[in-house]
Amino acid sequence: MKCTTEGIAGFGCDPWWLIGGKALVIFVFLVLTVLLSMWVERRVIGRMQLRIGPNRCGPFGLLQGLADGVKLALKEDIVPAGVDKVVFWLAPVVSAVPAFISFIIIPFGPTVSIFGHQTQLQGTDLPVAVLLVLAMSSMGIYGIVLAGWSSMSPYSLLGGLRSSAQMISYEIAMSLSFVAVFMFAGSMSTSQIVAGQQHIWYGVLLLPSFLIYIITMMGESNRIPFDLPEGEGELVGGFHTEYSSLKFAMFFLAEYINLATLSALATTLFLGGWHAPPPITTIWAGANSGWWPVLWFLIKIWAFIFFFIWLRGSLPRVRYDQLMKLGWKVLMPISLGWILLVATIRTASREGLNQTQLLIYGGITIAVVLVGSFAWDLVATSGRQVDPYAEPERATAAEPAQGGFPVPPLDLPHYHGVLPETAARKEVSSGTH
Amino acid sequence: MTTDHQQLIVGIGAGARELATEDMILNIGPQHPSTHGVLRLRITLDGERIQTAEPIVGYMHRGAEKLFEVRDFRQIIVLANRHDWLSAFANELGVVLAVERMLGMEVPERAVWARTLLAELNRVLNHLMFLGSYPIEMGAITPIFYAFREREEIQRVMEEISGGRMHYMFNRVGGLKEDLPAGWLGRTRHAVSDVRSRMGDIRNLIAGNEIFHARTRGVGVLSREQILQYGVSGPIARAAGVDFDLRRDEPYLAYGELTVPVVTRKEGDCLARFECLLDQVYVSLDLADACLDRLERLPQGPINQRLPKILKVPEGHTYAWTENPLGINGYYLVSRGEKTPWRLKLRSASYNNIQVLAEILPGNLVADMIAILGSMFFVVGDIDK
Amino acid sequence: MNTYFHDYLVVFVLVLLGAGIVAGGLGGNRLLRPHRPTREKLTTYECGVDPVGEGWAQSYVRYYVFAYLYVVFAVDAVFLFPWATVFALKGYGPTTLGEMFVFLGFLAAGLAYAAKKKVLSWV
Repeated sequence: MKCTTEGIAGFGCDPWWLIGGKALVIFVFLVLTVLLSMWVERRVIGRMQLRIGPNRCGPFGLLQGLADGVKLALKEDIVPAGVDKVVFWLAPVVSAVPAFISFIIIPFGPTVSIFGHQTQLQGTDLPVAVLLVLAMSSMGIYGIVLAGWSSMSPYSLLGGLRSSAQMISYEIAMSLSFVAVFMFAGSMSTSQIVAGQQHIWYGVLLLPSFLIYIITMMGESNRIPFDLPEGEGELVGGFHTEYSSLKFAMFFLAEYINLATLSALATTLFLGGWHAPPPITTIWAGANSGWWPVLWFLIKIWAFIFFFIWLRGSLPRVRYDQLMKLGWKVLMPISLGWILLVATIRTASREGLNQTQLLIYGGITIAVVLVGSFAWDLVATSGRQVDPYAEPERATAAEPAQGGFPVPPLDLPHYHGVLPETAARKEVSSGTH
Repeated sequence: MTTDHQQLIVGIGAGARELATEDMILNIGPQHPSTHGVLRLRITLDGERIQTAEPIVGYMHRGAEKLFEVRDFRQIIVLANRHDWLSAFANELGVVLAVERMLGMEVPERAVWARTLLAELNRVLNHLMFLGSYPIEMGAITPIFYAFREREEIQRVMEEISGGRMHYMFNRVGGLKEDLPAGWLGRTRHAVSDVRSRMGDIRNLIAGNEIFHARTRGVGVLSREQILQYGVSGPIARAAGVDFDLRRDEPYLAYGELTVPVVTRKEGDCLARFECLLDQVYVSLDLADACLDRLERLPQGPINQRLPKILKVPEGHTYAWTENPLGINGYYLVSRGEKTPWRLKLRSASYNNIQVLAEILPGNLVADMIAILGSMFFVVGDIDK
Repeated sequence: MNTYFHDYLVVFVLVLLGAGIVAGGLGGNRLLRPHRPTREKLTTYECGVDPVGEGWAQSYVRYYVFAYLYVVFAVDAVFLFPWATVFALKGYGPTTLGEMFVFLGFLAAGLAYAAKKKVLSWV
């Protein structure tokens, strides 16, 4: 069998020490990224909030993440009496282990020479590489759902259910945003997607897909403004209310690894992966060869992580129904329409339609999609009981008590006992629970 | 919902498992991140929609009213400024006003204006706290730090004058504890203008945010009738169009000589309550400036009255009420001519405001509950007394 | 075929590494952490009051519709992916595109039906 150094086939030819080395490097990279992003997050948010942030552990407080980890690991692990012990233990493991895997298909750079061996700076590549990421993020959801279910606490249960509904909804919109990228790259392999962005980034070419991905990425990562599963104000800690010690740290770890993975995926699919940003390549031809691409890649990843942190510092949390409405009624239809539009334009241009015809047909399609989407949105929202966007009902202007102030009139209807009818509750006969 | 159903829930709580309903009972509090203390709400959930809500108060009851009866009038001030720990100065005022009225005591003009100034600064402090903590409940963690930066400006001048940062204890029967320090008025003016110039930061950060609007507009709407029925007062009542402010409608201190613009909204929802609070900060800062102007023009003179060693209030009764930052604060003082009151009934704003939760929570989502609870701007000590 | 599975080797190595680290961490944690359970500690968190009843009550889970919808649309996405990679190749023309329009049309009808039934709106 012939081993090449280019394309997907090249990855099977790495010697065993290189495979092991790559896995180890990715693992170390992830752990370092998590520790560093925790530190960066706290320092940056501190700066945004007129605070200093952690600066005691190590130089500039860099070891704060490590100190927190050690502290958590040495804490007593409380397993409440009522929990399903096996599932309770399994949940953080299921959450943390798959989180490591997604990063393996992220290309860090082009082919380089390591100890005389030509290899690509990428753990491995698969024909279905992006699907692997989606599969692993779905596995992470299992962890959260199981944690909520096994804890035997209403907060955890509601938090776990919420997160499952939220994450599966946003996962669909996210995978739809990938489709346009696959169309242009003609592949699901990450190295080929990066190679396809040599001249123009898909983030520019497919801007709507990029925007949809950014929104769904926030939804997938469970962070502000979509951090409902652990919305601390409403459901205390959400699914991890009952967790402590290292099990709690595992959820934390998984969350931050996902942050890095989602950022890396955004970089790879939409921001040209390890390709140098445009002005650099025109000045300096060597920017895309050797080890330099790793630098561009890291810069792009950290730009995304900073973006996450910035959002956390500035936005409030959306409400659950608003989140679902955005996912199902806005992101999904727009994604589907956009995919069909892109596909039609590509096919049409291949079939030889000229530019003018293309623009006219494209314009008509966009108009139809937009009108349809708005009309549907209107129809679908008409049945809502509480529409947060609707004008609130004005207080009645009649002032029967005017002049009677400050004593309120005594003949107002008494409110005690006139509770709404919804309060009637169904009773279940004994033994059903 | 009838009373029978209420008893049913209690029955389950007592362990009668076979009477289970399909609804989930959720206790919010007493240790819940969004209750700022030990308020407890027992909520019956149907899915994520609230069926019934019952505020359970009293976890922090300290028997303030009973303690008043065994303290003399100077000691009462210490106790009275504690129930609402965010508006300590305003709490002291009610007591001293009631006692001064019973004694027929004339308070020096400088003391009256200084009290008005401090009461307004205290109002700003209180409102800033809620302007910061309410966004936190909505998931926005940054505004509170901006609010606290402004609080610190004002705390500094308050601390300089009184030595305290929370419980100022600066009121005395007949005036204030001490005269204003030299240069304090200038520093206060500086602090007030600093705060005013930076209030825009908080406004820009949160008040115009679409997500914040989507979560608060039309949520937890209080009607005028509910407000009158439950005795809701303060910014919460004014946000629903109840145009009532003791500072204008029954002026005490020096408010009679000031034009007090009363901030109102019509909507009565969470957003209106938040906006009311935000605008009241500007009003209070303007009032503080007006007080500073007057204090600078006033001639030197005493700031308090000399009191006898044993202060006895003549027999009788009076009701003094003030517009506290959170609503109406009332003191019903009954004296039998002794050095302690025979009875001092305390009407605190939060206690009345919180009762209306049982009305407005049912039918809302759990997530809205947090928005509504936070927008009721209560201090648990003020509820439990 | 051998190369194909070779590509997955690193994935398995990383799975093993991840599982090893997690298991090792939990094992080490077990040895290092204190373990002093008391009755109060082991109760479920209910904001400081004793939990009422059990954590379980029959409750109407409104999210289940989303699970169904997820199945529908995940399938949709799975069909879209291979289609997206090949539709621009030689031999696939407007017919391929038309077929996808029909397929998505069915799905869109399904979503529209769900919306009409108001399962997408929050109750």
